[in-house]
Amino acid sequence: MNARNAQADAGFVRIDRLTKRFDDVAAVDNVSIEIAKGEIFALLGSSGCGKSTLLRMLAGFETPSEGTIYLEGQPVSAMQPYNRPINMMFQSYALFPHLTVWDNIAFGLKREGMPKAQIEERVEEMLRIVQLKKFVKRKPHQLSGGQQQRVALARALAKRPKLLLLDEPLGALDAKLREETQMELKNIIKNVGVTCVLVTHDQDEAMTMADRIAIMSEGRFRQVGLPFEIYETPNCRFVADFIGKVNLFDGALTEDAPDYCVVTTPEGVFYVNHGVTGTEGMDVTVAVRPEKIGLSSSAPTDTSRNAVTGTIVTNSYYGSASIYHVQLATGKRVLVSCEHSSRHDEHFQRDDPVWLCWEPESLVVLRS
Amino acid sequence: MSAVTRIVGDLRQGWGRYTVIGVPYLFLIVLFTIPFLVVLRLSFSQADGASFADLTSYTDGILHIQIKLANYIYLATDDLYAETYLSSLKFAAINTGLCLFIGYPFAYFMVRSPVSMRPALLMLVSLPFWTSFLLRVYAWQGLLDDEGIINGLLMWVGIIEEPIQMLRTSFSLIVGMVYTYLPFMILPLYSNLVKMDMRLLEAAKDLGCGPLKAFWLITVPLSKNGIIAGSMLVFIPSVGEYVIPTLLGGPDNLMIGRVLWDEFFANNDWPMASSVAVTMVLLILAPLVIFNRYQSQTGGDR
Repeated sequence: MNARNAQADAGFVRIDRLTKRFDDVAAVDNVSIEIAKGEIFALLGSSGCGKSTLLRMLAGFETPSEGTIYLEGQPVSAMQPYNRPINMMFQSYALFPHLTVWDNIAFGLKREGMPKAQIEERVEEMLRIVQLKKFVKRKPHQLSGGQQQRVALARALAKRPKLLLLDEPLGALDAKLREETQMELKNIIKNVGVTCVLVTHDQDEAMTMADRIAIMSEGRFRQVGLPFEIYETPNCRFVADFIGKVNLFDGALTEDAPDYCVVTTPEGVFYVNHGVTGTEGMDVTVAVRPEKIGLSSSAPTDTSRNAVTGTIVTNSYYGSASIYHVQLATGKRVLVSCEHSSRHDEHFQRDDPVWLCWEPESLVVLRS
Repeated sequence: MSAVTRIVGDLRQGWGRYTVIGVPYLFLIVLFTIPFLVVLRLSFSQADGASFADLTSYTDGILHIQIKLANYIYLATDDLYAETYLSSLKFAAINTGLCLFIGYPFAYFMVRSPVSMRPALLMLVSLPFWTSFLLRVYAWQGLLDDEGIINGLLMWVGIIEEPIQMLRTSFSLIVGMVYTYLPFMILPLYSNLVKMDMRLLEAAKDLGCGPLKAFWLITVPLSKNGIIAGSMLVFIPSVGEYVIPTLLGGPDNLMIGRVLWDEFFANNDWPMASSVAVTMVLLILAPLVIFNRYQSQTGGDR
């Protein structure tokens, strides 16, 4: 692949300053993003954050108030949904109840006016991909939730869309089935190689399925990045709090150098191994994930680590790990998760005094 | 002990269930099956002055069964009846078709209007029921008469010189029937369409259907049961319609309801009238049976 193609592939889908207003309320507010060819891109957020509106604009069910959507460099936002080379797998699937599995999958192909033999071939191929050959003559209500989901996927993939949209693809399945289906769905999409935008409110779903995640709230992208970037280096308090569990300490920036900084909080003075370009004295928040905190009954010998003392409030043993709630001297409660990598790990009981310590590199300084 | 209470409980439960099911059954038996059997018996009877001869008699060890088929033979051979039946079916079919043609867009519009407006629209559809059916049909006489409001208005405006004869024609008959039966088409269609998942239309659009195609391929097939129910509700009573043809129909608009009336009250030939009625019921029953079988076959569709 030469550089020019790579360039074109990077901006396969380009969303340019897209805004959608409903009665002066911006559901999607000036959003811009580029999605690469073959990428699975997740829009993650709680309900009402604008992710569904953005997806519906991609599908063509909503007209943008401002901005443009480009697919392979061509603007598509003015096209009718039935003319876009984009197909959607709907939330709870929206399968046609009066048509068989076969007819559901063939529906879009027939509208294209594809020759009959070719339709049969393509439907066969789709049925093989989703492993539903035995069920061709069934109607949707005769299928289980997981089977319906696969029919919906086959129907959306049948026209070989350039962009596949998934609206809460696993939302209608129960928890156990969801985990299995998640990997299967990802495998199918990756094998087909279709570019995919996925909407979900479930962070596990976004983390496991997506190549890149956009965290949305109030119609804007709060952070866009690889799953580990979002988790390890959240760029704001909202994202840190939204993804996974986190301990937040509010404080003030007391020292700021290019390669380190110091944040003073009521709970203690914390050293962070990255600088922030801020002014000294400004209000910041430091975030540390529960699994990055170590517990010990004695003071740490390594003084480069951040350390505070506290008392165990609750302990929950899960076999592979233990979760502790630790109360600090200020009254703040900290969540600590200890992976039991050795059988002889220390176990702590309620009311045990403990030291909590973590590396300077485990901290993230958040502004605002 | 527990077995006893269980049996008592079962019995009580059974009682409750049979009572609930029993009421409509009793209603149908007393008010439909028995009268129908009486009419059926009459249709096979020999009129004997003011009374009717028994169908069976037993004398000297011989059982006589006397079933008079003459009425049915007469029905089958006299062209008037065949023509009347056909004409009734024709008017009922035209009425059903027009009601569907007007009612479907109407119901569709109601379903697509804001939720807050739907109760008001539903009330407007059922508003005519607040006035007696007979009065409403009479009112059409006032509208369609040669000296009626419509002709008067058209002449006053100057579009026509002479009044157009509208009353006592097929036109007035159909207008009256469509007007009367339209709500019976709209209501079942509405209750069917309102259940439809609008996302199915989006899915159809997403897969390449324009709005018309999506309507034809998704909305219409999914509202099939509503269409059938509405059509039955309009078609069946309009076959035997008596009041509207009498008040608005012309002399040559043959309707079986009027023939029935004439046989019963003008000719006083109850056995003949009964056979006309039985034949009509059978004619209407046939499509109903087909409909029911169809429904039970596709019952699990939704």
